[in-house]
Amino acid sequence: MGLYQYEASDIKKTKRIDRLIANLFAKMPEIESARARLITESYRMTEEEPMIIRRAKAFAHILENIPIIIREDELVVGSSTIAPRGCQTYPEFSYEWLEAEFDTVAGRSADPFYISEEAKREIKEADRYWKGKTTSELATSYMEPETLTAMEHNMFTPGNYFYNGVGHVTVQYEKVLAVGYEGIRSEAERRLAECDFGDGNYARKSRFLQAVIISCNAVIAYAQRYAELAGKMAQECGDEARKAELLQISKNCGRVPAKGAETFYEACQSFWFVQQLLQLESSGHSISPGRFDQYMYPYYEKDRKNGTLSREFAQELIDCIWVKLNDLNKCRDAVSAEGFAGYSLFQNLIAGGQNGDGVDVTNDLSFMTIQASMHVQLPQPSFSVRVWNGSPHEFLVKAAELTRTGVGLPAYYNDEVIIPALQNRGLTLQDAREYNIIGCVEPQKAGKTEGWHDAAFFNMCRPLELVFSQGMDRGVPVGVKTKAVEEMQTFEEFYDAYKEQMNYMIKLLVNADNAIDVAHAERCPLPFLSCMVDDCMERGLSVQEGGAVYNFTGPQGFGVANMADSLYAVKTLVFDEQKVTLKEYKEALSTNYGKGLTKEMIGDMTTQIAASLKSAGQEIGEKEVAAIMKTVMETAEMPAVKEKGEKLLKLIADVPKFGNDIPEVDAFARDVAYTYTRPLQEYKNPRGGIFQAGLYPVSANVPLGAQTGATPDGRLAGTPVADGVSPSAGKDVNGPTAAANSVARLDHYIASNGTLFNQKFHPSALSGREGLEKFVALIRAYFDQKGSHMQFNVVSRETLLDAQKNPDKYKHLVVRVAGYSALFTTLSRSLQDDIINRTEQGFNY
Amino acid sequence: MEDYRQTKGRIFDIQKFSIHDGDGIRTIVFLKGCVLRCRWCCNPESQEYAIQTMRVAGEEKVIGRDVTVAEVMETVEQDRPYYYRSGGGLTLSGGESLCQPEFAGALLRAAKESGISTAMESMACADFGVIEKILPYLDHYLLDIKHMDPAKHKEFTGRSNELMLENAEKIARSGQSRLSIRVPVIPTFNDSEEEIRAIARYAGNLPNVEKIHLLPYHRLGQDKYDGLGREYRMRDIVPPEAGHMQELKRAAEAESGLACQIGG
Repeated sequence: MGLYQYEASDIKKTKRIDRLIANLFAKMPEIESARARLITESYRMTEEEPMIIRRAKAFAHILENIPIIIREDELVVGSSTIAPRGCQTYPEFSYEWLEAEFDTVAGRSADPFYISEEAKREIKEADRYWKGKTTSELATSYMEPETLTAMEHNMFTPGNYFYNGVGHVTVQYEKVLAVGYEGIRSEAERRLAECDFGDGNYARKSRFLQAVIISCNAVIAYAQRYAELAGKMAQECGDEARKAELLQISKNCGRVPAKGAETFYEACQSFWFVQQLLQLESSGHSISPGRFDQYMYPYYEKDRKNGTLSREFAQELIDCIWVKLNDLNKCRDAVSAEGFAGYSLFQNLIAGGQNGDGVDVTNDLSFMTIQASMHVQLPQPSFSVRVWNGSPHEFLVKAAELTRTGVGLPAYYNDEVIIPALQNRGLTLQDAREYNIIGCVEPQKAGKTEGWHDAAFFNMCRPLELVFSQGMDRGVPVGVKTKAVEEMQTFEEFYDAYKEQMNYMIKLLVNADNAIDVAHAERCPLPFLSCMVDDCMERGLSVQEGGAVYNFTGPQGFGVANMADSLYAVKTLVFDEQKVTLKEYKEALSTNYGKGLTKEMIGDMTTQIAASLKSAGQEIGEKEVAAIMKTVMETAEMPAVKEKGEKLLKLIADVPKFGNDIPEVDAFARDVAYTYTRPLQEYKNPRGGIFQAGLYPVSANVPLGAQTGATPDGRLAGTPVADGVSPSAGKDVNGPTAAANSVARLDHYIASNGTLFNQKFHPSALSGREGLEKFVALIRAYFDQKGSHMQFNVVSRETLLDAQKNPDKYKHLVVRVAGYSALFTTLSRSLQDDIINRTEQGFNY
Repeated sequence: MEDYRQTKGRIFDIQKFSIHDGDGIRTIVFLKGCVLRCRWCCNPESQEYAIQTMRVAGEEKVIGRDVTVAEVMETVEQDRPYYYRSGGGLTLSGGESLCQPEFAGALLRAAKESGISTAMESMACADFGVIEKILPYLDHYLLDIKHMDPAKHKEFTGRSNELMLENAEKIARSGQSRLSIRVPVIPTFNDSEEEIRAIARYAGNLPNVEKIHLLPYHRLGQDKYDGLGREYRMRDIVPPEAGHMQELKRAAEAESGLACQIGG
């Protein structure tokens, strides 16, 4: 029995919500220049001051001067751009890519943005200041040459934090709701008064607290601007109903977030300013509202008891916030945009679960958050639900109803795995029980953690390529010079070589992440964010400098299924059954199983051969290179090569694959996942925390698969790598239960930065109440076996094919892509194809 | 291991995560061989007991394999967590499972003895003595009744319906298992309101019937006829419309006084 009573009945959507959505999606998103101009102005004026003060002053300067707007029909206000779904730029992290893409960003296939000539000019002007001053430049100078080489060769990509802010945090919303920024400011002032300038940490601590005070004042003044604007608009408004709304907005913004919220409506407005301004302070994404149904509940309960709030109006306010979460946006570079496709900001919001005492705290708002996602049918927030043995059945059925709409939400998380997994990383039991999810699938305790989740994409397939090439890539040493595969006598030798390459790459990955980490601490500490994370105020340090209670770095590996199937195929075919030699395997891989070489492969092999001839003392000019290229292409086209490739692919097809509930293969996959998760957790980050692995790809398995050669599981060069911990596409042929059983056999506890398991269903699998019940049972049964996360695509193949052909008809079609939902039509063609090709489950007769 | 678990039988498929064939999430074991030759059959490869080859997506596929009860149970056991959470279990289908009575009985017994609930889709086309032996191990009989008119039944399925109807009575009276009546709704054969009413009336008069399932005809087996080199005699028949199915459901409910659902 849970702590609260709740009502599960449906609440209708109001017309306002439809209008808000229509307005939001009327135009292509736009890049605006105000922030770039303002931060540069401020930085020019503060060059002599400590970095933390400079950051606070710049934040204040932006909030004082950035244009503001209240959109038509809004009840909750605060927009970072004048254009709906617009974005600002953040030159302090990186800027060069944007200038280089100015003229292509509106026409690209993944997440296009309009940019005006005036904005281009302003941003360019501002950028001139930033040469040599960004976090990405500093990070580069902290990296070892080997690390830079490995990154150049796509072994891993820490692109996210390399080019942008970190984000990936949930702050203490409840603190702002309770005491407001006046309360937080008082705390900072009190702490500052308690400091003695004789203290060893005085310099840092005093400046940090001063920066907090500046930030609090800036936010209070910003809300005041909205109060005044709303008042002015009310005066000019001819429509009486809207006038009353504007006056209420003005009143709200006059009180919050300066003061603690008195009503649910004020709490909504206060929440929104926190959520919006965190993203304006830094460019980080995955700034996650977390347990909204918990920290908002006291305000809801009070108003309901007082009889001053109807469920319908509470629902409308929540719906308004859901729409606003889609108003925030971010422009990424073209390559990252493919990896994070769908304009997604990964603002993860989670409902249900237990409190710190282990009591279920599902409440009215938990149901209403599900309802809101059903109403708006938009990708934000990335909506999640917590599941445990004590979850109310009705709650999960309601969540399944949302799944059935095909919006790709919610993602389901298993308390029974995540809580002990976090305890294993040093969280107290109480903190672990209060976890929420950040971004895609990453758990943390809100308001106490700098998790650096999503710290890099690590492609587990690339080190296996290095085994076959003895550490060489495109003629350059990138990995370790392991023994030539032709000389290997046992599978153990082969597997050990893979582990050696893995260990080396993991170490380089750590070097890259830690270099970036230090750069953020030095150049972009964030005082506003830090005043809402313990123990920053006590320690007088920003989260970037190690102020948080819990510190982690969580880079995510992907391709587990490919590597499990690959290594198992090599073990079976080469060593157990001796049907093929490693030499033959190597030849087949280098010719892409005779299926034609990709342009990249031809280039790579030509470079490699040219380099080896050169080192042997031969003269290599343009003519020779052309000759080599011709030979490479001709060799790959030879009938004998094709025939051999075909034969090997047939042999591979008969080897059992991960995802089919075969204990031996699954145990093998578990071990393969350890080659990433175990070495990684031995490393430390500069904030005093450790590394913890995630096993999920966001949507990078497609673009990074394009840079990966053929693999021994029969995967062809350039095709997508398996997503998350899911089986390779089309290789799970025994249905959803078998796939789930296999995936559950991986060790989800050790991958404490999150694992991701996708399943795709045709809507018929969820029809009727009975369908929902069976669906809930499927989730429960997977979770009984200690899987950590599960999410679903429920759309028909025909729908997706039609959407590819007629994108205009499907502007709002949302699909689940790896860790989040995205608008299908904004995804690149190859990612669309990947979604369509996933095994369609559950269509039985 | 006990002897009955070594009983051999012939199956042509095991399908997990079946959610339209009985309670909860189920694993269906399809037994090979049938007494009838229904023209609309969507599993024509189930009809012959002999092992056959069928062209599937351009490739020859062997249909049918001989297995022991223990081997089948190994697969059935894999989805135990799903049965537990959903109230599902094992379903035998075919073909007509009663064509392999010892194997079917041993399978059901093995499931029951390891705590897995059982169901069987069957026309009850066998000696009642055979059925009687199976009933103690069966939780839910999904009994097919296709038509009340013996002549039409014979024309479309190859056999008359007397034995099946007689057995239906005996099964119902035994009260040994839950009983649902399943009616495939086939245009040109039994999709008139009158014909469905006749079946519903009969079902309503049987004791212990839980529910009537009306299963709308579908064409998804059509390619298999080509794959087996057989003629599909229902090629021009289109599935009944949703509106018509609703009318039949209402008629069946009114006639029988039983709950009726469309689909499994």
